[in-house]
Amino acid sequence: MTVRESLPAESEIPGWAPYREWFRSRWKQGGAAAWLLLFAHLSVGTLLFLVLSALPTGGGLLSLIQAVLLAIVGYATVMPPGEPYAAWTAAQWETNDQRKLYIVIGNAVAAFFVLGVVIGLPFNGFIGGVQSLLYLAAAYSLITLALNLHWGYAGIFNIGVAGFMAVGVYAMAIVSSPVDPGASGAPGLGLPLVVGIVVGTLVATLVGLVAALPALRLRADYFAIVTVAFSEIIRYFLLSGEFETFSLPLLGTVGTGGAIGKSPPPTPIRLLFYESHGAGADPALLGSVLFPLFDSLRLTIIPDGYAMNLGIATVPIGFTLDLTVEPSVIAGFFEVAVLVIAAGGFYWLLRRVGNSPFGRVLKAIREDETVAKSLGKDTNAFKLVSFALGCGLMGLGGILWFGQQGYIVPNNFKPIITFYVWVALMIGGAGSNTGSVLGGSLFVATLWEGPRYLKNAAESAVSFPSAPNNIIEALLPVFAGQLAPLLSFFVSNISSIRLVFIGALLVWLMQRRPEGLLGHRTEEAAAIPLVRSNGGESDE
Amino acid sequence: MESRTIAARGRRLLAEPSFSVVAGLVGLLLAVDLVRRLATGDLTAAQFLSYLWDGLVFGLGLGLAGIGLSMTYSILNFANFSHGDYLTTGAFTGWSVTWLLAGLGTGLSSIRLLLIDTGISTNVLNISVLAAPIQILAGLVAAAVITVGVSLALDRVVYKPMRDEEGISLLIASIGVALALRYTLVLFYNTDSRGLTAGNATFRVPVGVGSITVTVHQITLVVVGMALMLGVHLLLQRSKLGKAMRAMADNEDLARVTGIPTERVVRFTWIIGGGLAGAAGFLLALERGNMNFILGWRLLLPVFAAVILGGIGSIYGAMFGGLAIGVARSVSTVWIPAEFSLVASFVLMILVLLFKPSGLFSGRTTA
Repeated sequence: MTVRESLPAESEIPGWAPYREWFRSRWKQGGAAAWLLLFAHLSVGTLLFLVLSALPTGGGLLSLIQAVLLAIVGYATVMPPGEPYAAWTAAQWETNDQRKLYIVIGNAVAAFFVLGVVIGLPFNGFIGGVQSLLYLAAAYSLITLALNLHWGYAGIFNIGVAGFMAVGVYAMAIVSSPVDPGASGAPGLGLPLVVGIVVGTLVATLVGLVAALPALRLRADYFAIVTVAFSEIIRYFLLSGEFETFSLPLLGTVGTGGAIGKSPPPTPIRLLFYESHGAGADPALLGSVLFPLFDSLRLTIIPDGYAMNLGIATVPIGFTLDLTVEPSVIAGFFEVAVLVIAAGGFYWLLRRVGNSPFGRVLKAIREDETVAKSLGKDTNAFKLVSFALGCGLMGLGGILWFGQQGYIVPNNFKPIITFYVWVALMIGGAGSNTGSVLGGSLFVATLWEGPRYLKNAAESAVSFPSAPNNIIEALLPVFAGQLAPLLSFFVSNISSIRLVFIGALLVWLMQRRPEGLLGHRTEEAAAIPLVRSNGGESDE
Repeated sequence: MESRTIAARGRRLLAEPSFSVVAGLVGLLLAVDLVRRLATGDLTAAQFLSYLWDGLVFGLGLGLAGIGLSMTYSILNFANFSHGDYLTTGAFTGWSVTWLLAGLGTGLSSIRLLLIDTGISTNVLNISVLAAPIQILAGLVAAAVITVGVSLALDRVVYKPMRDEEGISLLIASIGVALALRYTLVLFYNTDSRGLTAGNATFRVPVGVGSITVTVHQITLVVVGMALMLGVHLLLQRSKLGKAMRAMADNEDLARVTGIPTERVVRFTWIIGGGLAGAAGFLLALERGNMNFILGWRLLLPVFAAVILGGIGSIYGAMFGGLAIGVARSVSTVWIPAEFSLVASFVLMILVLLFKPSGLFSGRTTA
């Protein structure tokens, strides 16, 4: 660990440099005292920050001073503990791949939290932000894991991921939707949800098998075009009015809902919290315990009515920590739990597959199909099975992802979502299951939910002037020394900018780091390690 | 292993009857049915001819766009998924120029004109081939030139450092380029769909009891498209460049050993391909009279279908494939609902890839 050189400006503030030195040495001694010091330091800093930000300034010079003071307090709060934290993180990062994953997820959640506090979002707001972050991170991890089986293990270039997800989701929805859906919605078979999930997964597997049977012998780039066209064909079929409702022989009338879409069958998660699936249902079970608990969670730190006399003005300093969380967010965390458990299951399954004799053949095919073939392996059969298995997992992942959301429309499954999954896989590194989860989480945290959350947070904190309509009108005032239009343009167009960035990142990854973060692919063909393990993951 | 035998049997079943024979039989059946429908009056001659005309117009646009895709596919060896967004780039930048020129002297702000502001009524500018031919020509040239510039810049930044990599790496990179390019355009032009032209002259050509509707803009697309294709054909047949391209598509290493300046050939590939893509985007937007930022991306798969049908690397193939896909798309509505017409062309593409991957014009005969 290198001791960071303190900035010249730092040493000029009396007491700061000695304090940091003292903090450093105290932390090095370790023990409970060090942790107590850390806690005290952070508490004082946070409290100072909160009180400062609560001061009414009324704009103008005073608010500028406030912003500067806030920045100073924030810096002073973060820096001393930040140094050992960064060193600890760096050491953990080097340890192994799982640690990297924990670091990424932990830091993303912490960043969402801190940002929420700094901007002053209501507690429910940033808990909700964290919830949707985790939901999407787990969902992307599921699909990326399945794609890793295709590209990372077997070297099959599939860019029809969205289509296989759609097949699974729609098959599940058709099997498990009620026979009589009422005024709105398309009818289904009304079978239990478990049957729907199993059938959906099987149908996705079967469709994958049917698609791969003739197509797998194609060159990789032709196969790519076939798969993307296949997924578009599926989407057009779902969009079409012809199948809005149709009758299946022996089974009855079912439907896709066409372009209007279809509600997924109700999830049992809701029954953990409510008496029934209806919109106005009363809380039950967990709901009756958790909802009231979080509804009244307010900690009064300084009661209202207290005020501080600053000489020039009297400032009210009443402060209540509002920790209320809305029922929908609480229930949402249980949906997240379902996805996280499923991601764990996928991870376990793919690890087993990857380390089995079957998986070793797949890796051999990926490295050199001709060699695998000449060693007597029927490479096509291996690719076929792994492709079908991956498609089944995509179907199941899609079911868990979209089945828990309010409404399913065919346009959820545009090719763009396939490309997002690919970006996640490329970030994490093809060939590594841990990398897939890492990539999915990083993609969602930094590229997907992060910018959106940042935008919401920024907009709720600062009132931006109305954004210019295009980049030219945003750039022109810059020459006149005005940065505000450009800034508000960037904030209001963050969804386009992040896509430009995602594209550029994909290019950069392919040029500079095609192996991603963890796709080092240093594996052995033998079932037992041939060299002493050096702590790294050797069989990924 | 059981799956092995099943797989093998399934594949044999699918592959054994020669694809051409089956395709010929199906084609014959459809033709017979078409004649029957025409004879019985299920389908009037006018209807059939207007399907053909629409297919021809759309197909020429696809073919024009497909030449560039086909050339980069055979010479640089990768499927360029950003090609659709080259079309969009051409369409938007070209129409910016046309609008700017058409709006001179109307007192409208030039920034609003350049950005094809949806707030400006198309009736005010009154752009059509007959009313503003110079502006449209300037826009067409600008579309081609700017798209050439963009594709050369992207080649320099993205593809040149990856020249020796596999096709798949380049393909993934091109997906990144597609995203970045499309949403950079959105930063300028936003996501709204916008009208472009006004007062498109329409002719009715009477056929039997009905009539075919032909617009001037359709004729423009057909004429300009054919002229550009003829130009490319002559360029590649008569010049050394064409020969060098064919050599490179055949065997790049051998071409370099023979002293062909491969980087220069690559540059000309992008110039021709990008220019035609930009022009095709501009003309397709002209023919439709409106556009949005997804224009090119939506056309990408049909263009791929055209190129694959004709045979990757073959320019005649791209032209023919474009026409075939265009006509198939519109004529297929005789048998299937219109919402499946695109599906039909994708299925056709998949079948060609499966059973005759070299395409109908069989392989690498650039020009």
